[in-house]
Amino acid sequence: MSAVAKTIKREPFENYAPSPVRKAALEAKAAEPPPYIRARAPEWLSRVIGPVIGIALFIGLWALLAASSPNLPGPAKTWVSAVQVFGDPFYRKGPNDQGIGWNVLNSLSRVGIGFGLAALIGIPLGFMVGRFRFLSDMSAPIISLLRPVSPLAWLPIGLLVFKAANPAAIWVIFISSIWPMIINTAAGVRQVPQDYLNVARVLNLSEWKVFTRILFPAVLPYMMTGVRLAMGVAWLVIVAAEMLTGGVGIGFWVWDEWNNLNVEHIIIAIFTVGVIGLLLEQLLLLVARRFEYE
Amino acid sequence: MDKYLSIEHVDMVFDTRKGPFTALADINLGVGQGEFVSLIGHSGCGKSTLLNLVAGLLKPTSGAMILATREIAGPGPDRGVVFQNHSLLPWLSCFDNVHLAVERVFGEGESRAELKARTRRALELVHLGDAESKFPHEISGGMKQRVGIARALSMEPNMLLLDEPFGALDALTRAHLQDELMRIVAATGSTVLMVTHDVDEAVLLSDRVVMLSNRPAAGIGEVLDIDLARPRERLALAAHPRYLHYRKTVLQFLYQKQMRVAA
Repeated sequence: MSAVAKTIKREPFENYAPSPVRKAALEAKAAEPPPYIRARAPEWLSRVIGPVIGIALFIGLWALLAASSPNLPGPAKTWVSAVQVFGDPFYRKGPNDQGIGWNVLNSLSRVGIGFGLAALIGIPLGFMVGRFRFLSDMSAPIISLLRPVSPLAWLPIGLLVFKAANPAAIWVIFISSIWPMIINTAAGVRQVPQDYLNVARVLNLSEWKVFTRILFPAVLPYMMTGVRLAMGVAWLVIVAAEMLTGGVGIGFWVWDEWNNLNVEHIIIAIFTVGVIGLLLEQLLLLVARRFEYE
Repeated sequence: MDKYLSIEHVDMVFDTRKGPFTALADINLGVGQGEFVSLIGHSGCGKSTLLNLVAGLLKPTSGAMILATREIAGPGPDRGVVFQNHSLLPWLSCFDNVHLAVERVFGEGESRAELKARTRRALELVHLGDAESKFPHEISGGMKQRVGIARALSMEPNMLLLDEPFGALDALTRAHLQDELMRIVAATGSTVLMVTHDVDEAVLLSDRVVMLSNRPAAGIGEVLDIDLARPRERLALAAHPRYLHYRKTVLQFLYQKQMRVAA
């Protein structure tokens, strides 16, 4: 009974369309105060219960799958290995055998450099493309042509030009994360409300003031969306790029452990990549929320 | 009365996909210093276009506009504009929204403290002194519009241009702000050009009501002088025979002479 009342309270009515009679009954029920206030589960518990069940189910399925396949390590085995791996994340035994901490930090620094360069060039470019019609017309065919290209296709070009693996990997990150930033920033500039620009014109603001007080704040939410998308792509791509280029990095680590047939470590790497991707996303969401106005 | 703002033979033709479209044809209008003039007409008759021309946001196809002996060549802080949808910048506090304008006009000659004092004075004029640190989304529609008025007034403009300033507000808030506006205009001696579609608002606030005829090629249909003593009292005027006569004249123009064919 209390569970039913709770569902009614939480679900917006637009989400489903009960028959008029039922709807009226539901509304009447929602309107009167719930009789069992003490019986209700606390808010945090009901929010936590779904994810917990989902994760438990996932681990259960994994264990089941591992039990029937001798090569796939189960959750318990992976856990033991993970405790070991994370117990000493910063060891160094030669160039091809370093702790997971070093691998992650190296990958992050490549992403940071490639992504940072892409932001440095992509965001101003996006502003210009959005502001000047001619530039937009000029760049539109190139962007539409190059954007759908798989990021790894750029790797040989990078190797050719830079003649080294590390800059080539950074180049791949750069080229794959620059498009969302250009496109979203430009879209943001095009969508600055005319009212704000009229204010700028009526007040006769200087170009600098227009940029700092109107254009930039108005575009910021769009720009942050581009940055977030770009970060997602960059983190996706680094694993694949490092598999090909080698060197210390989480992608190379996966490939190396595949050659060692250490499947536990591969699974650990998958989770590590996932968790770091999630953290990066949350971090950028946090930053983006700081710039929301209404 | 001298013509402070003078609009002479102004035409406004827009290039549309269907060819040129004459929005305004041969507009002639003079506004004296300290005068309050309203533009009224059906929606789409070009009254906002005319205001935007005076604001400098649009350039006339032909004709001349002169404000305080200088030709209007573009937008400028000598005209304070209040937009219908307030147009406050959502990322700036009320104070900063007004300060942006103050800084632009007086930034070169005055100290920071003086600029801040000006901003505060403008906000106090619209009774928003204690809401200065609030952001636009935290205040009501009427308060936003007051900030818009404060922003326009803070520049000490030669002329105040109001584009349906209270159109988006509920009737009670609108009446309240109309009274406020009358008080502010009386206190500052501002010259005002206001676009409205509200007959009562036009008659109550104005010294002169300019009625625009319908498109295409809208022009000035009739001009009505409002001879009512100030300060005007909304309640006292409600039964005032001259007020009722003015109101009826405007209504007749709008609904008999300029009845929209397709509306």
